[in-house]
Amino acid sequence: MPTINEKLTEEIRAKAKALLAEGTVAAVIGYARGSLPMTVKPTVVRTADDCGKLVWNSFCVLNLANYLPEVLKSVEPPRGPRDPKPEGPLPKVAVLATGCWSRNIVVQTQEHQVDRDRVMVMGVASRGMVSRRKVEANFAGREILAVEELDHDLVVKGADFEEKINRWSMVRDNCHTCTHPDPVLVDVRIGEPASERKNPNPFQQVDDIEKKSNDERWAWFTSEFATCIRCYACRNACPLCYCPTCFVDDAKPQWVGKSLDAVDTGLFHLLRAYHCAGRCTDCGACESVCPMGINMRMLTKKLNKDVLDLYGMEAGMQPGSPLPLTTYATNDPQKFIVTEAGAVKEGE
Amino acid sequence: MTNQTNETSETNQTSQTSNWEPKIIAFLCNWCSYAGADLAGVSRFQYPPNIRIVRVPCSGRVSENMIMSALKSGADGILISGCHPGDCHYINGNLFARRRFPLLSNLLDFVGIEPGRINFSWVSASEGEQFADIVKTVTEKVKALGPATRLVKKIDGRQAA
Repeated sequence: MPTINEKLTEEIRAKAKALLAEGTVAAVIGYARGSLPMTVKPTVVRTADDCGKLVWNSFCVLNLANYLPEVLKSVEPPRGPRDPKPEGPLPKVAVLATGCWSRNIVVQTQEHQVDRDRVMVMGVASRGMVSRRKVEANFAGREILAVEELDHDLVVKGADFEEKINRWSMVRDNCHTCTHPDPVLVDVRIGEPASERKNPNPFQQVDDIEKKSNDERWAWFTSEFATCIRCYACRNACPLCYCPTCFVDDAKPQWVGKSLDAVDTGLFHLLRAYHCAGRCTDCGACESVCPMGINMRMLTKKLNKDVLDLYGMEAGMQPGSPLPLTTYATNDPQKFIVTEAGAVKEGE
Repeated sequence: MTNQTNETSETNQTSQTSNWEPKIIAFLCNWCSYAGADLAGVSRFQYPPNIRIVRVPCSGRVSENMIMSALKSGADGILISGCHPGDCHYINGNLFARRRFPLLSNLLDFVGIEPGRINFSWVSASEGEQFADIVKTVTEKVKALGPATRLVKKIDGRQAA
C-alpha cells in the first residue's frame, strides 16, 4: 500500500513528464532526493526523461517560488540588456506550490517579478513540513542515518536504534499555525484539495512575547539573535528578497555594519523582517535554513499580525488587489500620531 | 553586546545624566513641517534645542533604513513629521507613510525598544506654535526615558560613527 507521499510523488512525476513532453512548459521546478537524511534539494527538470528525479515528502522546507524569477529568465532566448523582448509568447515554467508558496507567487506577480501567464502552478495541498531540527533534538546525541516516512509517523533509524515517532509533533511551528494549506493558484492539481484549517489564534507565539515586559522582550531579542553568523541564508532562501543589491551590501550609506556586533546583527534582522512587511506568507524557509536555529520568523510573524490587525490584509490572499503597503485608505488608523497637546490622536 | 559592556556604558551615562540632554533627530518634510519649524523660528516660539532637523522631500521618503541608522548612531529620540493627511504636496506620500510607520514602531516595541523613542506627527506650514509644542512634548518624553542604549552601536565603549 503506497503512502500518501509516494502517491503524490508518482502523480508529480507523471504530470511533469506530460507537461514537458507535450512542450507546454520548458522547465519544472521541484524537489529531488537530498544526500543526507531528512533533506531534499530543489531541482529544475528540463527534459521528460529526468522527471523520475522528482520527489515529494515532508522535508520540502524550502520555498520553490524563490527560484521562479531566475528560472523564467533562464528559459527565455538569450538577448542583450538593451535588446527588445522577442515577439510571441515566451516559454512557460511549471512550479510545485503549496499554500504559502503559491501566495508568494501571487506576491511576485503583484510586484511584477513574475509573469503569471508564464507560470504553470502545480498545486499540492501541504500537510505541514517536518522540522529537521526538531527531529534531531528528539534524538539528541544519536546519529540519525535514515528517516522513513509513513502517513502519520516517521521511522527514524540509526546504527543501533529504530524508533517510530508521530509526524505532526515534528512539524515546523509555522505549519502548525498555518490556516491556508491549499494553494490559492492551481493550474495543475496534484492530489486532493485541502480545506482551510481552523486555528483560534495563529499568532499565539507572538502574543506570548508581547505579554512580556519591555526589558524581557529586549533580553529575548538580544539572546535570540546573539548566535547569528550573518550568513544571509535567511535572506537567500526568501522569495521576497530579490533586490539586485540588498541594503546590507550598500556601502554609501552603509545602513548596517558588516561585523558580528550585536547591534549590526540586530539591525540586519529588524530591517530584513521589516522589508517583508505585508509580503511575508510565513512559509518558514528563513527559519528552516538557519544554521544557528534562530527563530527570526517571530519578527515577520509580528508584522503579519499587525498588517492583519491594522489593514485587514494577508499577503497573497487577494490576487487582484494591491499589496498592503503599496496602497492606503483615507481613514487608516493613526492613533500613534503625536499631537501638540501631547495626547494621542484617535483614528479619523 | 555583552552584558558587561552594556552595564559599564550605562553607568558611564548615569554619571553624566545630571547635565545630559537628549539628541533628537527630526525628519521634517520640505513642504509642511520644515516650513512649520521655520515659522516657529520667525515667530520666536521657544522650543527645546534638542532637535537636529533633517529636511526630506516628503514623510513618505523617510525609510526604515534612515530611522534605524539614526538609532544606531546614537539618537536618543526620533521625530518624523509630515503634512496632514490630504495636504501632501505629492498628493499621497504621507498616506503611504502612515501605513508604514505603525508597523515599524510596533516592531521596535516588540523587540524591546522603549515606546516614545520614535514619534510621528503631522505639522502644517502654518502651525509654528503647534510645532514648538510637539517638540516640547517629544523632548520631555525622551528625557524621561533617559539616554538610548539599545541598538546603539558602540566600539570599545565609544559611539561608532
